[in-house]
Amino acid sequence: MELEKLLFTKEHEWVRLEGDSAMVGITDYAQHELGDVVYVELPGLGKELKKGDPSANIESVKAVSDVFAPLSGTIIEVNPKLAANPELVNQEPYSEGSLFKMKIKQPDEVKELLDHKKYEEYLRGIAGE
Amino acid sequence: MSPLPDLIFEISREGKTAHGLGASRVQSKPAIDPGLLRTAIAGFPQVSEVEIVRHYMALARLNYSLDQGLYPLGSCTMKYNPKINEKLAASEEFQAHPYTPHELVQGNLELMARLEEWLVALTGMAGFTCAPAAGAHGEFTGMLIVRKYLKEKGDPRRVVLIPDSAHGTNPSSAHFAGYEIREIPSNAEGIIDVEGLRPFLKNDVAALMMTNPNTLGIFEKNITAIADALHANGSLLYMDGANLNALLGIVRPGDLGVDVMHINLHKTFATPHGGGGPGSGPVGVAAHLLPYLPVPRVVKDGGKYGVVFAAPHSIGRIKNFYGQFLVMVRALAYLCSLGRENVRQVAEDAVLNANYLRKKLQDVLDLPYPTATLHEVVFSDKNLPVKTLDIAKRLLDYGFHPFTIYFPLIVHGAMMIEPTETESKETLDEFIAVMKKILLEAREQPDLLLQAPRQTPVRRLDETLAARQPVLKWHKGENR
Repeated sequence: MELEKLLFTKEHEWVRLEGDSAMVGITDYAQHELGDVVYVELPGLGKELKKGDPSANIESVKAVSDVFAPLSGTIIEVNPKLAANPELVNQEPYSEGSLFKMKIKQPDEVKELLDHKKYEEYLRGIAGE
Repeated sequence: MSPLPDLIFEISREGKTAHGLGASRVQSKPAIDPGLLRTAIAGFPQVSEVEIVRHYMALARLNYSLDQGLYPLGSCTMKYNPKINEKLAASEEFQAHPYTPHELVQGNLELMARLEEWLVALTGMAGFTCAPAAGAHGEFTGMLIVRKYLKEKGDPRRVVLIPDSAHGTNPSSAHFAGYEIREIPSNAEGIIDVEGLRPFLKNDVAALMMTNPNTLGIFEKNITAIADALHANGSLLYMDGANLNALLGIVRPGDLGVDVMHINLHKTFATPHGGGGPGSGPVGVAAHLLPYLPVPRVVKDGGKYGVVFAAPHSIGRIKNFYGQFLVMVRALAYLCSLGRENVRQVAEDAVLNANYLRKKLQDVLDLPYPTATLHEVVFSDKNLPVKTLDIAKRLLDYGFHPFTIYFPLIVHGAMMIEPTETESKETLDEFIAVMKKILLEAREQPDLLLQAPRQTPVRRLDETLAARQPVLKWHKGENR
């Protein structure tokens, strides 16, 4: 997985653009902060989300956390493996542990996402706090 | 030998029994065809009376309770529960069937009415219902009141705002009542301010649910300005009063512009809780919401107490019968034994104890929000060589129940400590000494923490495996 090709949010979601769709997951930093993931609740197919809406729910041994939609759009695919193997989110956050794919509704919003370099800088900022 | 007692199913032996009833001497025609009756229940444990007693005593000895020691779970207010409350709750005079005619239970009804009067006096709200059976049930009831009120005003709204430092049940209670949730970020001080709230205050906002003092233990000092901003927007202010212990006798939420609130009798007013239950989450409302309180309501008519079962604007029933009556008995017993003039000392001592811990531990633990705190203090695991979980597990080896960990979520590796007013300075000093020792161990012998607990009946449990593959049933012949 080439991280340089991904886009990120400050809420620690990653986005991989695939034409007019976007694959979405949580970052390695996020999975590490959450701890062992024990359950993932994914949105229903066809669900329409606005950027910033709670989309998925990730339950770890520490807490239950919302995953916010990084872009506005419609859910067209969810990762079927997570129901039986939620630990994929910890093990392979950028590939096998991705969450869902959405059809992008407002392509303009893509510009608001961070590139890999900016996200890394943002993480360094958090660590230095 | 395992320090854990065997399961009652494992000590079961065919044919053993605690009591034999013998053959009936009464001649009767069987009501059910004997061919359809079963003579044994498959898998039912067969043990003698003394084995039953010893089995449950062995389980009871594994328990840890406030009667044994400090229980500093943040935001849980695990205070010591005076035994007089239990004595009164167990007294025969208060035991009544809920269908007993009201003229025969005037004392019970008076007790409910007097408790409501106490709660009104302590909070400055216009009226209370004691029907909700727990804190979250109170939140839900409060939000149903908000919903009905706004709907009848012809302005139903969709959104409830909740700060990120609120109790975790608030979003689910509001969602359950049919609302969409928006989270409000705390400012650098760890509280909400009007400027931060303003962008969220649209005309679809039904209410803001604010926990005060919040889960960082910080008093939301902008609450009156926030109440004004909400009211100007046609929205209501809900206050989660589960942390009322910090305010008792000092601040009345009703004077701050709160429209609806709940409190927890089982936290603030000394009823055992945390797995035991039952709880009680009374809801208080300002005058304009009085007609919406749930039924039944206890009312005084002339010299007698009665019960109103229907009211035109009421949200209706939210619980069978009258709520957790014996918890109300405990709460009133607690208040009467304190006396009105001493209630304030509860809050003063709770705040003093928490600040004593804060002062003594802030040199060895990171304090993420330096703002003054009330009844609890939240540290982070920043700059520590181990995780919060390791410290909590090591505390078990020293015989203390750990504090709340990893909550609130806005603090990294949160350690949320609430000693309550009932702990002595000696106990707090002992806890502080143990914490300092553990933090020293963390640097010099981290394995002591990483392998903790060592002194408990079971060592560190695999919480991840338990959550991913829960085994909830034991089958004969299986390894446990």
